[in-house]
Amino acid sequence: MSLLHLAIVSPLLLAVIIPIFSKSIRQIHTGWFVLPLPVVLFSYFLSFISTTSHQGTVYESFEWIPSLGINFAAKIDGLGLLFALLISGIGSLVVLYSIYYLEKDKEQLGSFYVYLLMFMGAMFGVVLSDNLIVMYGFWELTSISSFLLIGYWYHREKSRYGAQKSMLITVFGGLAMLGGIILLYIMTGSFSISEIITQSDRVLEHTLLIPALICFLLGAFTKSAQFPFHIWLPDAMEAPTPVSAYLHSATMVKAGIYLVARMSPVFAESPVWLWLVGGFGIVTLFWGSFSAVKQTDLKSILAFSTVSQLGLIMSLLGVGAAALHYDGIDDNVFTVATTAAVFHLINHATFKGSLFMVVGIVDHETGTRDIRKLGGLMHLMPITFTLAIIGAFSMAGLPPFNGFLSKEMFFTGMVKILQMDLFSLSTWGLLFPVLAWIASVFTFIYSMKLVFRTFTGKYKPEGLKKKPHEAPLGMLISPVVLGSLVIIFGLFPNILSHNLISPAMASILPSLLSPGDMFDVHIYFWHGPTPELFMTIGVVILGILLYLTLPKWERAYHLLPEKLTLNKVYDKGLESIQTGSFKLTRFYMNGYIRTYLVYIFAFFILILGYTLYKKDAFVIDTAHVSSIGFYELVLSVLIVVSTITILFAKSRLTSIILLGAVGYTVALFFVVFRAPDLALTQLVIETVSVALFLLCFYHLPKLKKEESKIPFKLTNALISIGVGAIVTAIALSANSTKLFESISQFYVDNTYIRAAGKNMVNVILVDFRGFDTLFEICVLAIAALGIFAMIKLRLTRGKEG
Amino acid sequence: MRTNDLILQTVTKVILFIILLFSIHLFFAGHYYPGGGFIGGLMTAGALVLLLLAFDMKTVANILPVNYRIMTAIGLLFSIGTGAGSLLFNVPFLTHAFTDVYLPLLGKTSLHTAVLFDIGVYLVVIGVTMTIIQTIGEDE
Repeated sequence: MSLLHLAIVSPLLLAVIIPIFSKSIRQIHTGWFVLPLPVVLFSYFLSFISTTSHQGTVYESFEWIPSLGINFAAKIDGLGLLFALLISGIGSLVVLYSIYYLEKDKEQLGSFYVYLLMFMGAMFGVVLSDNLIVMYGFWELTSISSFLLIGYWYHREKSRYGAQKSMLITVFGGLAMLGGIILLYIMTGSFSISEIITQSDRVLEHTLLIPALICFLLGAFTKSAQFPFHIWLPDAMEAPTPVSAYLHSATMVKAGIYLVARMSPVFAESPVWLWLVGGFGIVTLFWGSFSAVKQTDLKSILAFSTVSQLGLIMSLLGVGAAALHYDGIDDNVFTVATTAAVFHLINHATFKGSLFMVVGIVDHETGTRDIRKLGGLMHLMPITFTLAIIGAFSMAGLPPFNGFLSKEMFFTGMVKILQMDLFSLSTWGLLFPVLAWIASVFTFIYSMKLVFRTFTGKYKPEGLKKKPHEAPLGMLISPVVLGSLVIIFGLFPNILSHNLISPAMASILPSLLSPGDMFDVHIYFWHGPTPELFMTIGVVILGILLYLTLPKWERAYHLLPEKLTLNKVYDKGLESIQTGSFKLTRFYMNGYIRTYLVYIFAFFILILGYTLYKKDAFVIDTAHVSSIGFYELVLSVLIVVSTITILFAKSRLTSIILLGAVGYTVALFFVVFRAPDLALTQLVIETVSVALFLLCFYHLPKLKKEESKIPFKLTNALISIGVGAIVTAIALSANSTKLFESISQFYVDNTYIRAAGKNMVNVILVDFRGFDTLFEICVLAIAALGIFAMIKLRLTRGKEG
Repeated sequence: MRTNDLILQTVTKVILFIILLFSIHLFFAGHYYPGGGFIGGLMTAGALVLLLLAFDMKTVANILPVNYRIMTAIGLLFSIGTGAGSLLFNVPFLTHAFTDVYLPLLGKTSLHTAVLFDIGVYLVVIGVTMTIIQTIGEDE
């Protein structure tokens, strides 16, 4: 386990001990104990820049389940490092901000920081794992921690709703991705991303390419809230604002972007990839910005804006894939889209992070986020207002902020589509720049709305729960840092280009580089009078006009009936799934255990009998059978006698004891066959289960001779005889056929040498097949909890069902 | 009706400790002779069930105020922790190690990480059995 691995899991390790801090040291805000970790990690990851900027990578691996090709391989390259820096950097700022946002006396800080650290560790795992299965594990962990964080204020119904929605949608995508991973494994025989990339030619020719590609994109689109899966993100805004700033704008939702970027070297040459990624991205961009304008809640505006900006980056990644079809990087103008994607990823994290924090401050200091109640806060919160201006103007794409630069590059990338002559881009490609331009106009409008509706206009103190004033200094530090970055990156974009953007591009488009080569990225403020510049000017002019006339045309949003929205589809779908499965269950579950036993046994007989017949597996071979001894005969007679007696037992007590007798006789069988472990286990199990029967005794109804009908009895008799016959047949056939060499010799040879034990059974249990045992005790524990829950909690059942 | 269970109670008081000791013996002997965490755990659970039968639920809960669900969880942590611990030594999950050491009083003893794993199994088995029996027994 290397230092890099330790860095990845360090948040998870800290999460284990944080509850102790939060419980024992109450006078200090728990956040202060968390804060050092992301700061240290940030500086640790910074030290890798010198490596990646020279196209170097760091690779550390240790074996986890080597027999399945699953190793915890950690790899730092340009793309992974960029994300790791975002996660640790924004993470530090968010933790600092949360210290002032969450009050230590009112909130359960312990759980908050445990979830947050869990998320941070999981996110590092996603972006730095080279093994797909490991990445998938971390990926789902981000969904789970996001679920916990959205539901942090679980006493609110909306929080629970939002948490469930995000969980259902992102985990669905995650499972699809798992399918994609397995398909890739089928095609390449490897879970390692670097290895799969080297085989991308094979993947591209394989018939499973399209299914695998779609599975991966489902994972990416659900995580990154792409249309039509974006509906979970606005509801996720019920989380505390630091969480929204961190998970739902800067990092987790970018995991989908990361996935697309990471898998680009594998899939990007396929035209399907270009169309799907680019198409969904551009539609999301448009729909997100269009929907953002009608929102009245500040965080909802930011949520839809995040959706739309994610769409922007996604579409750039899609379009950037076109560069692969043109050779050479010197005159390859199409790489500009990828550059823009990486650049905008960084910019979005800075300006959206600061905007979320600004909205958090407004919410914290006024008690509301409703834009209709706010207004005129400019003089009361001058610093916050300045920060909001910086963030929103950057989002709208105005100079001199960094958003302007990436927006210009975005336009460049979209306009370049018109020059492409592949995949019928020359005909349909026109849609891209057009939609991009319209979406930018809407982006401009909601950016302006966000700032000016909140901070200018009429001050309405009567609608506010608190008397507003400027936020405390500590709360302002983080947004000020991000706001300064917005300006610094705006004025000096080239500090990023060599260190971060070019290495990240090398990870996305490796096939364009010859060894030792690198992307030469230069970002300019002034391009001269290009179409992009005129597009920006058009956006500003039309944006201002539309913003001023907004009250007049806002009603257009109500034209779409409420019933047709995606949210309604989701709600209705969820409801009908529930009622549907309830009906299905009611159909065959009538509450009688004997009915279920009939199902189980009938299926058992059918499937095993069919297999025996079909495979012609029924064989009786008496060649290896030893003679039957005296003890065995006695024991068999005992078993048969007691079994038959059960049938005629008049009282329940008698049948319990007789059943016990059968069990103990089986134990004696094991003794005769010299299997002391089995005998002991059987003895104790029998004892415990008889005791259990006796305990339940009082609850059971009196055993009475039921006047049951003949068909009923006949079915039961048939089934019991059938089960007995099938089991006997299988036992005989198993003893008579030897399909392969028995593995028992391996254990005989190795038990003492490898595991230093003499009791083979136990060594198999704890060592050779330890995994089985581990899962078995997990199952046992789940069963116990299930029984506990069923019996203890059943009083509440009547209300829900 | 009051049942007369004097004999059962008196015998239980004596025999309980013998069973418990035997179960611990079974647990530790597991690597070399018949026994192990599973059987040991079941045997301990058997002793506790005997206690339950001889006395009533409430008395036993007073003597042994153990939350068996937490015991199950601790057991699982032991087993998973042993498995995960091997990762710290750069070997695959659930790799065991053993060594011979000289301990005072006991002399040459062989120590295995498998025992740690087995403690987990032992605790889970007791926890699960007792949780099930307790919940069903307590139910009115």
